[in-house]
Amino acid sequence: MLQTAQRTVKSKKKKGALPHERFLEAFRWMLLARTLEEKLVSLYRGGLITGGVYIGKGQEAVSVACGLFLQKSDIFAPLIRDQAGRSAFGEPLLDVTRTYLGSRLGPMRGRDGNIHRGHPRKNELAMISHLGAMISVTVGALLAKRFKGEKNFVGLACIGEGGMQTGAFHEGMNIAAVEQVPLVVVATNNHYAYSTSNDREFACHDLVDRAIGYGFEGYSLDGTDLGACLDVIGSAVKRARAGRPPQLVVASMLRLSGHGEHDDASYVTEEVKQQPFARDCLKVAEQTIIDLNLLDADTLAEWRKDAVAQVEEAIAAAQKEPAPEGDKEDWCALSMPDLSDSFE
Amino acid sequence: MSITYLEAIREAQAKLLRDDQRVFIYGQDVGGNFGGAFKATKGLAKEFPGRVLNTPISEDAILGTAIGAAIQGMRPIVEMQFADFSSIALNQILNHAGTHYWRTGVAVPITVRLPSGGTKGSGPFHSQSMESIYAHYPGLIVMTPATVEDAYTMLIESVAIDDPVIYCEHKYLYYHLKADKLPDKGLPSGRARIVREGRDLTIVSYSAMVQESLTAVAELAREGFEIEVVDLRTVKPLDTDTVLASVARTGRLLCVGESFPWGGATAEIITRVTSQGFHLLDAAPQRLNAKDTPIPYHPNLWSAHRPNAKNIVAKARQLLRE
Repeated sequence: MLQTAQRTVKSKKKKGALPHERFLEAFRWMLLARTLEEKLVSLYRGGLITGGVYIGKGQEAVSVACGLFLQKSDIFAPLIRDQAGRSAFGEPLLDVTRTYLGSRLGPMRGRDGNIHRGHPRKNELAMISHLGAMISVTVGALLAKRFKGEKNFVGLACIGEGGMQTGAFHEGMNIAAVEQVPLVVVATNNHYAYSTSNDREFACHDLVDRAIGYGFEGYSLDGTDLGACLDVIGSAVKRARAGRPPQLVVASMLRLSGHGEHDDASYVTEEVKQQPFARDCLKVAEQTIIDLNLLDADTLAEWRKDAVAQVEEAIAAAQKEPAPEGDKEDWCALSMPDLSDSFE
Repeated sequence: MSITYLEAIREAQAKLLRDDQRVFIYGQDVGGNFGGAFKATKGLAKEFPGRVLNTPISEDAILGTAIGAAIQGMRPIVEMQFADFSSIALNQILNHAGTHYWRTGVAVPITVRLPSGGTKGSGPFHSQSMESIYAHYPGLIVMTPATVEDAYTMLIESVAIDDPVIYCEHKYLYYHLKADKLPDKGLPSGRARIVREGRDLTIVSYSAMVQESLTAVAELAREGFEIEVVDLRTVKPLDTDTVLASVARTGRLLCVGESFPWGGATAEIITRVTSQGFHLLDAAPQRLNAKDTPIPYHPNLWSAHRPNAKNIVAKARQLLRE
């Protein structure tokens, strides 16, 4: 049942079957995510974003692959480092900038911020901070689709190696397998849960070994290799859609930022930064593009320019929008206001 | 024909499954031929194949699954085997279901059935009343039916409500309460009921403590006291108007609840009455709750731990003298 991504990728490479168009499409989303997040960081440093900024630097290759193979009717449960995947799934940039900048017109209307955003009606679930919680929620969404007689759907939930150590994750994985829902769980081992390194997070040989214990099919993945990400995650989505048991993909990479931008990540040692998993997936992908001559330099420059323009536009638009105001809020946490308690 | 509180809960679920294809029941041991630890879902799995589903012992995931299904348009009813075990699911209930509408604008219509409260010999982990914890958090409705009729109509109502409902059904009432027939309609959600009219004192209560209060009031009636009993029916929203109107008639207030004494529903009622109706009071309002210890196993200790007719009578007498 267990299969390594390396083997999968090697066999693909032999056939020369790297799907260039998809690779380039994915790269473009990664570029957009990186550009956006770099801009968000500078806004944060300039004091223009309240709260925190949490970026997916170094994880874009895995993330984009999570969003890219899903259809609009599928369920996507992104986590904090999934800007690339969210965009590829269809989240407008304006949603991001509105949420970070607290626009009243954004999906969260200033009530929640940064990465805690989503469009549940458009099948993009809005994560809560309590890690592992989204696995079972995705299972429930898939169960509902089954109840309603829908066909050919999948769900994909993202998690980190930190979140994999929660009870909620364990319960969610188990119930997914019990219900045999078409679920793909993509775990990114970015080697740090905030500041805690793998040796204090878990003691098993390899996290992917857990798959068999849950009744999942498990795959390992070099998360710095975009081609491998597209291949392994794309295949997992295909298998889940075809009715195979739930799929677990465990990708390895280094978080190339702090936990949030308030964190300088000084605990990441130089030794770790020299490891193969510490490569920057965006640079690796770009090198592949250059090596294989998939794009000329002008087009690449054009793409960068376009990403900057899109980001600038989304930020400028959100900055012009009204902020929420305490005296204009209805302060009602129920959809049925008649049932709200009164604390006059 | 007579029907028990427990049978009313089963009948309500049968009706809901019959009338609404969006409804399914999810919980430990609810399915198969077993029909739940208390038989609240007896026979339903057979009558409604594929819609009454057993789950692993995974309270967090049970609730998470229900939330996901509700977001996608279903109307799940979750049975927690005991209210006590819902502590494992607090994260999903409080942080997920309770925040979802506020954050995203998408409501989460789940009903969480909590077999609540004490019965003899059940001990610290099978006896708890959790309504005050749930009522403390925003985004949830907390129902505490005290009669067979309310057990039936309020469960049906809770599934119709678009927001998450914590439905606290009392285990002591399962077999102790009977009615001749089930009503088609109850009072509107969120409305308290005057169970018994009086002029000397108002006792505000809910769930099994309504029955204890009625026993106490019957004894005090023999001494000539006319005591009004208010059944809150829902702890959240709390029907402050009905309580204040009652206190306006009696001038005295005693609140009785089975949960632990620190904070909680009884404290909330007294806060509201003193802040909004201080001028109505002829004596300082009082409350009775369980003791501030875990719930004991031995029947002798258990019956002394929770409020009961005897100590309600004592507290009421004290208040009537003031």
